[in-house]
Amino acid sequence: MAAAEGSGDGGPLFAGLADVSISGDIPVEGEITVPVGSRSPDEDYSTLDEPVKDTIMRDLKAVGKKFVHVMYPKKSSALLRDWDLWGPLVLCVSLALMLQGGSADSKDDGGPQFAEVFVIIWFGAVVITLNSKLLGGTISFFQSLCVLGYCIMPLTVAMLVCRLVLLAGSGTISFIIRLIVVVAMFGWSTLASTAFLADSQPPNRKGLVVYPIFLFYFVISWMILTFTPQ
Amino acid sequence: MAAVDDLKFQANPDATTISIDEPEIPKNQHSRLQEPRREEDDELLGTDDSDKTELLAGQKKSAPFWTFEYYQTFFDVDTYQVLDRIKGSVFPVPGKNFVRLYIRSNPDLYGPFWICATLVFTIAVSGNLSNFFIHLGKPTYHYVPQFRKVSIAATAIYAYAWLVPLALWGFLMWRNSKVMNIVSYSFLEIVCVYGYSLFVYIPTAILWIIPQKVVRWVLMIFSLCLSGSVLVMTFWPAVRDDNRRIALATVGTVVLLHALLAVGCLAYFFDAPELDFPAPIIPAHNGTTVITKSL
Repeated sequence: MAAAEGSGDGGPLFAGLADVSISGDIPVEGEITVPVGSRSPDEDYSTLDEPVKDTIMRDLKAVGKKFVHVMYPKKSSALLRDWDLWGPLVLCVSLALMLQGGSADSKDDGGPQFAEVFVIIWFGAVVITLNSKLLGGTISFFQSLCVLGYCIMPLTVAMLVCRLVLLAGSGTISFIIRLIVVVAMFGWSTLASTAFLADSQPPNRKGLVVYPIFLFYFVISWMILTFTPQ
Repeated sequence: MAAVDDLKFQANPDATTISIDEPEIPKNQHSRLQEPRREEDDELLGTDDSDKTELLAGQKKSAPFWTFEYYQTFFDVDTYQVLDRIKGSVFPVPGKNFVRLYIRSNPDLYGPFWICATLVFTIAVSGNLSNFFIHLGKPTYHYVPQFRKVSIAATAIYAYAWLVPLALWGFLMWRNSKVMNIVSYSFLEIVCVYGYSLFVYIPTAILWIIPQKVVRWVLMIFSLCLSGSVLVMTFWPAVRDDNRRIALATVGTVVLLHALLAVGCLAYFFDAPELDFPAPIIPAHNGTTVITKSL
């Protein structure tokens, strides 16, 4: 204290601290533990004991929640964090099945075959994901595949509507209805996927990432619109 | 009582020092010593930007080719850069070299890949639409989507956009070993030029829906001139120093292949618009033959 008072009038503020020292014979010991809510290993295996219905319902609920997210697209991280590819698989298969049965004079002139639709959707999604990652995006590979696959849902709905309208007739009015429905769903798909994916891109490259998504859904919409029944 | 000197920062001797190297300055001097340029080359090379070109050239592509970062260097473009390059290919400035002006040692693969993809689908869709409109009124016509043509279009256009640059690059390298050329391009720059020069065919393909033969041919010649001039102005400085005939033959082949692509697409994907024939005067003869026959 005397030293501090003595130096307080003229010297720098903390000059007195230079005299403070901790002698080496005071032991410093203790425990530093951070209480973490750690999961006991038992919890990871507990899903084995639950009934199968619970397991399936949990996955189905996750898939259903994502469908709802696509219907009302707002930026949420739930769709991105827990990705799954069940929804895209179901949508892709149903879309490819509904695109069958088109008329063709010869095999070469018809609409896309089942395998072609499958390849276009999955290969297109992979290429778009690679493109966004190469441009410096921070989203992971499967998350992007998941979003692109789920956002095909409006177009699958459009295909269903188109087939129903074509059952009624295939004149000009049915074409106009189909055109309006397909264009609306195409816009919805593109906007929904852009809402989820555009945030993960560097800001000055957003246009470069959105354009391939636009092209992808445009090609799928074209396949839906040009479907003509037997 | 502590003196002021005690408060000086004392560097931790254990810490490593990090120095920021400056590769720009030695690189710049190096490049100035290396290339004596002619005045005409300056104009075509865009010398006002050549300093920046050399600055940027030293900091690219340092990752080994099996890592993802290596391929990321080919996509190092922003939206406005891609739009600028597209604009430069559609409105070629006479005398300005597309590669030096726009690419500037930063060739990208985004433009060529997605322009080719767009062109493939545009040609397939436009061809389908134009056939639909041409045959619309006929009672025997049944619309077919002709999806198989998409894969044919894709094969043709991607083969053109990647194999022709490969052949051209190989040829230029071979000539470079024989005749010292001042201007030489890397393979990616050639792919870039070809990819961006195909952009003008996209609106052309959309306009080819109009079922008039004259309109289609006028459009084709116009777009061929635009994209051909981009290619010619790019490759003429590279072969100019060579034997006169070889230089002309090279540039001529480039333009010819480009024209073949356009003509082939028009012929294969777009049906010829049929002309309306005037009603034939045959019924009179039929009448007379019937009368004569009945006699």
